[in-house]
Amino acid sequence: MIVQALTLTLRLAVMVSAILLVIGVPLAYWLAFSRRRWKFLVEAVVSLPIVLPPTVLGFYVLVAVGPLSPVGRWYQALTGHTLAFTFEGLVIGSVLYSLPFAVQPMATSFAAVDRTLLDASALLGASGWRTFWRIVLPLGLPGVLTGLVLSFAHTLGEFGVVLMIGGNIPGATQTVSILIYDQVQALDYATANRTALILLVLCFTMLAILYGLRRRGTWNVWEWR
Amino acid sequence: MSGATTSPPAEQLTVRLKKSFRGDSGSPFALNVDLAVAAGFTILFGASGAGKTTLLDCIAGLQTPDEGTIAIGEVVLFDSESRVNLPPRRRAAAYLLQSLALFPHMTVEQNVQYGLAALNQRDRDARSGEVLESFRISSLLQRRPNEISAGERQRVALARALVTRPRVLLLDEPLTALDAFTKARILDDLRAWNQRHRIPVLYVTHDREEVFALGEKAIVLEEGHILARGSPHEVLHRPQSETVAQLAGFENIFAGSVTGSHPEQGTMTCRIAGSTLDLEVPLVRVNAALPLCVGIRAGDILLASSKPHGLSARNVLDGTIASLEQRDMKVIAVVTCGPEFEVHLTLGARESLQLKPGARVWLVVKTYSCHVLQ
Repeated sequence: MIVQALTLTLRLAVMVSAILLVIGVPLAYWLAFSRRRWKFLVEAVVSLPIVLPPTVLGFYVLVAVGPLSPVGRWYQALTGHTLAFTFEGLVIGSVLYSLPFAVQPMATSFAAVDRTLLDASALLGASGWRTFWRIVLPLGLPGVLTGLVLSFAHTLGEFGVVLMIGGNIPGATQTVSILIYDQVQALDYATANRTALILLVLCFTMLAILYGLRRRGTWNVWEWR
Repeated sequence: MSGATTSPPAEQLTVRLKKSFRGDSGSPFALNVDLAVAAGFTILFGASGAGKTTLLDCIAGLQTPDEGTIAIGEVVLFDSESRVNLPPRRRAAAYLLQSLALFPHMTVEQNVQYGLAALNQRDRDARSGEVLESFRISSLLQRRPNEISAGERQRVALARALVTRPRVLLLDEPLTALDAFTKARILDDLRAWNQRHRIPVLYVTHDREEVFALGEKAIVLEEGHILARGSPHEVLHRPQSETVAQLAGFENIFAGSVTGSHPEQGTMTCRIAGSTLDLEVPLVRVNAALPLCVGIRAGDILLASSKPHGLSARNVLDGTIASLEQRDMKVIAVVTCGPEFEVHLTLGARESLQLKPGARVWLVVKTYSCHVLQ
């Protein structure tokens, strides 16, 4: 039970972090450098999951991927089943839920890159693309790693969104946090305690490594400007 | 794409532009200039907020002028009428920013080769090898910018900018943080490089040493306008231009001539033109045929209310206070000793000496505070 739920949770967290790497980095880059007047609206939307109750987010995702929405119908026509109460559905919900935790540190570290370095790069003939890969990304790497670790840890511990979208299907959508809820509901406090402890230790270890590395400056090796 | 043996025909940078901008004081100015920069060094003088950096930014493409044209030879970089506005990366303008902007996560070699992405590795190595040699930094290849000295960082930044064979070089006070010796050596190498490549170099500085070491021409910018242009000598010593003198760092500039030389003491005597005042100044090699000037910073002059004795300073001048004016926390005294001297004092000094216009005072000027300009 625990092993199955733990494997599923880790698989979910890895996938979510990977997806957030792919969509979070460009989004963070845009947020850091765009001069659009409506940028603040995007910032607000990205940050919504921080303040929104997970149930609200989960509810909307459920409606959005359900058989009544165009997205849900399109997916159903493509695969033969709906997204609701599936692992894929969980991934979508979790990506949205962890989006700010990935994007905000990335955007902050991109924005902190000395603008004169970007000017220097352009003056040396580099395209925006090359400047991003050679200058912005390497110098913003600490923020990218922080964003990934945070979204990974955040996904490990999510509950409300998972429950709304995925329900509680062992092997498909039952994550560790749902399992704990189940065990408590069944008054099996001893097992719940053990499961909870695993999650606690896992999250603590990850955050300790993250902050430990940052404290030692391993991720901030470019102090000189 | 062969080496430095064939120098391309020297092209002229022409700039005619208008742009409103905000000076350092926050008040809006209009930059309105019309200038041509031939191959070789042209010094751009100006107080902070005069528009120097804005001008360089416009040439490099980091800022857009409101109107005008910028061209190097036949190549138009910007033209408001035909709506040409090349992005910085297509201008082939090397621009050395004040902060140098070396990439901190790359080695010296990676920094220098950054602008050579279009070449294959062999050509890249050849090109960078040549310029690293010119700037004497071949031994630093694998170091990071934070592992080398300030002077070496300057050299790397120059090499990185010049390795791309730019059509024009823009330098924004690049050497201000360096000691005179390091500075002079870098300038020598830069000059040697440009003797081979002959591109227009626009060089922003406040430093008199740099002007005389490099300057073939000088342009003075004030509040967005060109105030004076000519040889550094003409521009620096034009007496009616207060700004120029201030820019050179000398509130007091006097035309004069050498009347005596004392090699055994390392000094010479200099008569200020139109007066009977002799100043003892450091012995320097001067061309007697050319006019000569003595510059003295107002802050370097001591003021005494009674005749001082037992001083090491060799110049003690008898005078009368013509005016006293307070500007911020500084008192500016004008003292007539024949020629007029500007002297800067603290508020406390004015109080304790009880200075008033008309009072008799003595000016004390060390020999080494007198700078001979030619």
